[in-house]
Amino acid sequence: MSKFKKKTEVKQEIPTSSMPDVVFMLLFFFMVTTELRETSIEVKQQIPRAEQLRKLMRKTLVANLYIGEPTKPQYGKEPKIQADDTFIDTKDIVRWVNEKRNELEEFERDQLTVSLKVDQDAKRGIISDVELELRKANARKLLYNTLQEENKLD
Amino acid sequence: MARSTPEIPNASMADIAFLLLTFFLVTTTMPNNKGLSIALPPPPEAAPPDNVKIQEKNMFKIQINSSDALLIEGEPREDISTLKEEIKAFVLNNGRDPASSDNPEKAIVSFKTDRGTSHKRFIQLLDIIQGAYYDIYADQAGVTNAEFREAASDLTVPKNKEIYEKGRAGIPLNISIADPTKVGN
Repeated sequence: MSKFKKKTEVKQEIPTSSMPDVVFMLLFFFMVTTELRETSIEVKQQIPRAEQLRKLMRKTLVANLYIGEPTKPQYGKEPKIQADDTFIDTKDIVRWVNEKRNELEEFERDQLTVSLKVDQDAKRGIISDVELELRKANARKLLYNTLQEENKLD
Repeated sequence: MARSTPEIPNASMADIAFLLLTFFLVTTTMPNNKGLSIALPPPPEAAPPDNVKIQEKNMFKIQINSSDALLIEGEPREDISTLKEEIKAFVLNNGRDPASSDNPEKAIVSFKTDRGTSHKRFIQLLDIIQGAYYDIYADQAGVTNAEFREAASDLTVPKNKEIYEKGRAGIPLNISIADPTKVGN
């Protein structure tokens, strides 16, 4: 009874010739959708969530301020303000805004938007101090950076 | 003469591509340019002293203390699920209920926090207040809330500007964020 013949041993191989194509595709996807890190953020950044978000269209007109508890213990526990790569004091904000304005074209200078990336545990006190300085610098377009809340099903 | 066909070895191509991919994964971030947008009031010294007396009924007061507890129209509150509808009803009252606002132009949502209020709570409430206004605008412009916000984000497109102006007509975004009190922090 040789009805059930033993199968001849077949070499099993996964074709790998298309692997580079697949990986390149992934690579291009990431190159297009992400952007290079410009600053290393030294404060805690757990961004709160909200639903009614608006998007900033022109990235060149946005200046980022990061507020939160410093990640490195030598800077203490109190929330700090980080602009570009350094910690700044509230009194330096006016100067910082003017620097940012000078980087823009003349006709765009009044369109500067300040994006506040604030840790969710930071207190209103420090944020309102920053807001007061921004008002003094006449940079009155403000965005509280948030993540999109997953839509509640109700 | 038999010619040997030249071939580039491509077995390592995948490795090279993976290396590049890893490099980009590590050095880049996903851009996040979304959030709650507000306009700050003019600088304190430039603002004219406001002698305008705002009637009590035209104000919808929301206060948060340093332990994140809420006071809405003078009443302590835990449940905020109905708050959005209350704000909408307040803004669009148009004098129907004599104890509520006269018209949308006079109606002001006053939002006051403490220095010790957490940013998370602040964002949660600001989200609800802005949501109420965006709902009203979207209704007036005949689009959905998400479409209205999308249009408001880019006013350079004429069609977006049209939607935006139709929605905003007669109803200013009167959210007043007062200077925080100084109990906590």
